This record gives sequence, structure tokens and C-alpha cells, in this order.
Amino acid sequence: MSEPLLSVSGLTLGYDAATQAVTGVSLEVREGTVVTLIGANGAGKTTILRGLSGLLHPRAGTVRFRGQDIAGLPAHRIAALGVVQVPEGRQVFANMTIAENLRMGAWLLKDAAEEARRRDLVLARFPRLAERLGQQAGLLSGGEQQMLAMGRAMMANPRMLLLDEPSMGLAPLFVEEIFRIVAELKKEGRTILLVEQNAQAALDIADHAYVLQSGRIELSGPAGEIARNEKVVAAYLGG
Amino acid sequence: MLAQQLFNGLVVGSIYALFALGFTLMFGVLGVVNLTHGFYLSIGAFVALYATQHGVAIWLALPLAALASGVIAIVVDGLLLTPLRRAKASELASLMVTLGATLLLYSIANAALSTDIRRFPPGVIDGSAIDLAGVRVTLTQCLIVASAAGLVAALLWLMNGSRLGMGLRALAERPDTAALMGVNAGALVRLVSLISGGLAGACGVLIGLNYNAIQPYMGEVMMLKGFAVIILGGLGDIRGALVAGLIVGLLETLTAGYVASSVKDGVGFALLVLTLWIRPSGLFGRIAVKRA
Repeated sequence: MSEPLLSVSGLTLGYDAATQAVTGVSLEVREGTVVTLIGANGAGKTTILRGLSGLLHPRAGTVRFRGQDIAGLPAHRIAALGVVQVPEGRQVFANMTIAENLRMGAWLLKDAAEEARRRDLVLARFPRLAERLGQQAGLLSGGEQQMLAMGRAMMANPRMLLLDEPSMGLAPLFVEEIFRIVAELKKEGRTILLVEQNAQAALDIADHAYVLQSGRIELSGPAGEIARNEKVVAAYLGG
Repeated sequence: MLAQQLFNGLVVGSIYALFALGFTLMFGVLGVVNLTHGFYLSIGAFVALYATQHGVAIWLALPLAALASGVIAIVVDGLLLTPLRRAKASELASLMVTLGATLLLYSIANAALSTDIRRFPPGVIDGSAIDLAGVRVTLTQCLIVASAAGLVAALLWLMNGSRLGMGLRALAERPDTAALMGVNAGALVRLVSLISGGLAGACGVLIGLNYNAIQPYMGEVMMLKGFAVIILGGLGDIRGALVAGLIVGLLETLTAGYVASSVKDGVGFALLVLTLWIRPSGLFGRIAVKRA
């Protein structure tokens, strides 16, 4: 089998000298698959994504993306390689318009025609945004901001999408909508690493899953198997 | 008489606006209260002084001085402020660090240059005044007003009308997320330092020409006055820097003309206190600038 798109080995991360948030994590994401990382609050899921996108520099370990070690590269260089993170809590540019937020997603693209083409695709996927292009992003509801954050990431036409808690804090209707979009992206062959607290929905959609506990990988396997694992059912699926 | 006062006020106000612009840009985009800004002004004036003493025309010396100040601003930012930014330190930290740096830089300048007042070589710029409907206008004054107007327009376009400005606003609001979009913060920070320091340097040259007096501490005098202007206009707001600069300049000149020139310098600080009292965010400011 060919080399995975992303392969992480021995990744160790921390925010200050005294504590280590993530210890020796290894994982793989193959092209065209959805891989989910589940675990309790504070297990280190977000920390791992920050380590992959370059917002946090790894203390140890390698992160190979398309064969190149990207551990320690600054975030903007990693973004340029096609790894695009949709951060936890949306993080839209609230003082900027929706149109500007989308343009920011295509920051590295210097081709206006291609930018317009991508924008049309994003707006077709998120028609709610199309109606309100000139509005300040800060005025959108949480669910709409999540759509904007995902649309912004799609403007970069990423090779790999890192989704951090996309359904967190959203109304049920929006949660459904967000997972429908993730499923749609999967069908189109996108590669996605999905971090979620909603373990059930994440396992339903993913091909492969990793269970994280206290900063270490506790368990991994095909998502269907993980969803039937007794410990997982008891701890995360409300069994 | 009144027309002359108003014009003089416009000139002084334009100087304040030019100085405040760079400072406010720095704060608006990078969240940095940079007290070394006044030092860049002194640097600009001295670079232009030496250049003109060596026969360089003022038209060339002015951009040269702006460039030199801008480059020094990049160096200071790289040494002092980039590490703070990396550590996500508060705005107060930048204030303390730049205060210390300012004191050090001025002592060095003082030791190296002495506080003697220098003058541009005679004839560096045409000093004669023309009479415009009873108002005496010099070429330097025209240059100051035109520079302020042109640079404010250019900065407003940069920030609100250009793609680069969009990136700067994104960086200002959410540096981490901007990086995830591929924004190279380091390059943009250097650009902001260059523009900000360059504006201060150009301002120093214009002040030197207008009053024909150059000494190392000239930037410090301006820094205090400039601070009042920036608070009045609203920290981080480009329009605010222009409007507040003009208000302070006009009020000072009118006070000097109709009250007493000894109380003139109090005007800016009275406005500063009044602003903090009534409207702490300033004329255009957004108070409680986010920032996680």
C-alpha cells in the first residue's frame, strides 16, 4: 500500500515547560479517508491539531505530510502545503465581512479567476452565506459562523482538512447540517482529520478512529469496530 | 489674522497627524504601544540633516530619512517586540519594554550627538513665503499639509481597499487564524514597522524644516504630544489620528494666538484628560479591543 498522506509518529506537545499535553502520539491518515480523533474534554485532541497545523511546535516526534517532515514548520508554511485547519470555536474574522472572510481563505491564491470559481463552489454549498456576503461575520449565528469557517477553509482547496470540534455548541439542526457537509466532502474524496466530542456522529462518518485519553492514544482501528468496543461504548457513546 | 492662525493650525495639526498615523497603525495591527516611535522621528531628522550637509537634495533626503527610520523600526521590532508577540504578552509589556528601550536609545543619541540644536544648511528648501489672500504660506508648510493628506489617503486605501490591508486586518483580529490561512505574520509585521517608522522619520524631517531646529530629544517632545493626539483620536484608528491631530493643532495655535502662548502646550494634555474622562475609547476608537 502507498504511503499515507499524513503520518505522525511519536508526537509530543505541551504548552509550558511543566506540563506535557500530548505524549508520543502516532497516527496515520490515508488520502481520501476520514479519520476521527475522539476522547474526553482535555484529552489533547485540539492540542494535536494545533501541533499538526504548526500553531504549536512539537517537542518531539515527526509529522510527515506527502513524505515531507513538517514538524516545526511555521503555520503559514504548513497552510501553503495544503493542510488547512478549521479551528475550534470557528474563529471567523468578526470585524470583517463574509466576503472578506472567504477571500482570506484564498490568501495564498494569486489567481482571481480561480478564486471566483472556488467562491462559487463554496456559496453553492453554503447558500446561507451567499445571501449575506456584505455582512459582518460577527453578526452570524454560531452555526452560520461554523459554515463560514468551513467555507473559508474550502477556499484554500486543501489537500487535507483538519476539523476541530465543528459541531461544538451548535443547535441540533446545525449539528446535523455540519455532519451532512462533512459526509458530502468525504464523498467528494476529501481527506479529513476530524476531532469531535460527538463521538457517535464522528464514528458514523469516519473510516478510521483513534481514541485519545490523557494525551495518549488508547485505542485505534476501523471506525465501525471502535464504535462496538465495550470500553468506548461505556465511556463515550453513553452505553 | 484668523485665517493665518487657522492655516498655521492646519500645518501643526498635519505634523501631529503624520506622527500619530504610524503609532496608531502599529497599535491597530500589532497591538503594540511603541514608545520608541518618537526616537524614529529624531533619527529621520538627523539622517536628513547629514544627507543635506553632504549635498543631497532635500527631495532625496526626505525619502532616505523615512527609509532609514523604517529600517531601524524593523530592527527594534525584531529584537524587542517579536519575542513578546511570540509569548503572547500583554500590551502593557510592550509599553514597558519600549519605555526602557527609548530611555537607552536617547541616552546613546545624546552621548553621541549632544543636545546642541542643529540647523539644515541654508537654502536647503526655498524659505520664501507667498501671500495667498492675506495668508503667508511657505513651501515647507505646503509640503507638510500635502504629505499628511496624501499619506492618510494612502493608508486608508491600504487598510480598507487593498488585499494586503485585508491580511493586516485579519492579522490584527486573529493572528493564529490568519496564520492558518497562510498569512506570513513576520513579513507583515516588518512591513507595518517599515511604514510606521518611515512615517515618523518623514515627520521628523518636516518638523526640522518647519522650525529649522534639530536635536536628539525632538522626538520625545513629539511623543508626549502625539500620545495625547492618539488617545483623543482613538488608539488604532487612522481617521482618528488625522482628525485628532488637526483638532489639537488648531486649538494649540488658536490658544497661542488669542490666549497666551505659554498655555499652548497644555491644550493637548487637557484634551487627553478630558477624553479619558468622557470617552476613553477616543473619537473613533473601539474600546476593549478583543484579543484572546
